[in-house]
Amino acid sequence: MKLIKAIVRPNKVDDVKEALGRVSLSGMTVTEVRGHGKQKGHTAIYRGKEYDVSLLPKMEIEVVVPDELVDDAVAAIIQAARTGEIGDGRVFVIPVEQSYRIRTGERSDL
Amino acid sequence: MNVTVLALLGAAGQIDLAKLDQRLTAAQSSADNAWMLVSAALVLMMTGPGLALFYGGLVRQKNTLAIMMQSFALMALITVMWGLVGYSLCFGEGTPIIGGFGHVLLRGVGVDPNADYAGTIPQLTFMVYQLMFAIITPALITGATAERMTFSGTVVFMALWSLFVYAPLAHMVWGKGGLLNATLGGRFPTLDFAGGTVVHISSGVSALVCSLYLGKRTGYPKEPMPPHSLVLSFIGACLLWVGWFGFNAGSALASNGLATSAFVATHFAAAAATIGWLAAEWVTRGRPSALGAISGAVAGLVAITPASGFVTPLPAMLIGLAAGVGCFLMVTFIKGRFGYDDALDAFGVHGAGGTIGALLTGVFATRVVNPVFHDPQGRPLPVGWLDGNLSQIGYQIVGIAMAWILALVGSIVLLKITDLVVGLRATEEQEIEGLDLTEHGEEAYNLEM
Repeated sequence: MKLIKAIVRPNKVDDVKEALGRVSLSGMTVTEVRGHGKQKGHTAIYRGKEYDVSLLPKMEIEVVVPDELVDDAVAAIIQAARTGEIGDGRVFVIPVEQSYRIRTGERSDL
Repeated sequence: MNVTVLALLGAAGQIDLAKLDQRLTAAQSSADNAWMLVSAALVLMMTGPGLALFYGGLVRQKNTLAIMMQSFALMALITVMWGLVGYSLCFGEGTPIIGGFGHVLLRGVGVDPNADYAGTIPQLTFMVYQLMFAIITPALITGATAERMTFSGTVVFMALWSLFVYAPLAHMVWGKGGLLNATLGGRFPTLDFAGGTVVHISSGVSALVCSLYLGKRTGYPKEPMPPHSLVLSFIGACLLWVGWFGFNAGSALASNGLATSAFVATHFAAAAATIGWLAAEWVTRGRPSALGAISGAVAGLVAITPASGFVTPLPAMLIGLAAGVGCFLMVTFIKGRFGYDDALDAFGVHGAGGTIGALLTGVFATRVVNPVFHDPQGRPLPVGWLDGNLSQIGYQIVGIAMAWILALVGSIVLLKITDLVVGLRATEEQEIEGLDLTEHGEEAYNLEM
């Protein structure tokens, strides 16, 4: 069981969601985040005063998947979120030890 | 209706001429009063919500309520003071420098007109209309003190400022027998139709003094302090533009051709100034900004204020253009060079724009629009420089100089007094946490869940 954490462009969330659906993954958590990697920010000017806007808005998508689906899921995300330009984002894969369903209290390792 | 026909009818005994005359006067009075009440409401709208939104959007999120609250508090405070003593000090009979106490507690101010100022509307209407000017003027200064002056300091300073800077200046320029009054026996007839000196130079120059006295905001200019919502500022600026019709066209004090002329001049100046600021920005910075557009409009409205009732549309556009470009240079290049922290550019827009406007009023004012000066036979005399009256430039400079000096000296003294009595500057922790929470115990936005 793995946690896939993908930081993508805000306008790519729907594409990623659709792609994950195609590899039969439905549950996910999406968070608005700000950050930067290699992508430089841009400059905002207010009445002649310049500010560097270095932290850019991104979306973070979290999905927990069974080990055997990890490769498909990662490939689906990368394909859906890529534009080929700097700033497309990152995908991280992190091991998950246990998982519980709150409604029933039972342990449910996907 | 034709006068001879009326006279014939009158002679025939069919119409009582005196009664007809009375009815005509009453009709004119009703029309004038309707327009002036609307104008008074429009000018109040400039402070709240206009200026409150304009400034509210320009500050950082943590200071939004604090700056809006200052405008609103002034709406209440100046109103009460105006009723007690303010109106009397501005418009009561007095010396050339300041009005007397004849109208204290609004004594003698009722539905009868005051023929010296506005002969067709109740003096109460005139009084409440002028009150709205007295409210917005100190509120403009809060743009310079934003994000670091305490609420108590603001209230005390503005109350004193209204009595010791605004009242004398308003009396000198607009009060009967005032030193700078152009139509009611002033020694130096300064043309100021709607408040270029009284409102904008006075507040703008005081704003500069305040920003120098208070010092820079903690972190300025290293830390980024971008406007938290230009959407709010945008709405505020649009309300200011509309409200300004009451400010300038209302200053005709009647619903007449002069009001229309001032309305048109105001609108054309704002449009030209918007284009001026944007063009200057586009050329020097590569992009035209929304903040530039609304700042330009306000700069044009400021500059046309003294001229609005004296100039035709073309000069109005030239004045607007000059203010748009001039104020852009002021806030973009000159402010940066001197390094003072006029947080929201109250001096850069109102001080600079007001001065440009007051000076150009002397250039472009014409008797075609407003025959303010007469020879003993009642024939109109030239008004501005291009109209053939070069000396008016000199009088405008005297008026501008008086406004600058009074605002400079008055503000320094009153800031010192306020500083000693209640203090002026928020602590560094207050500034970092934001004045909304530390001064008012509230936050502007509670959007998380």
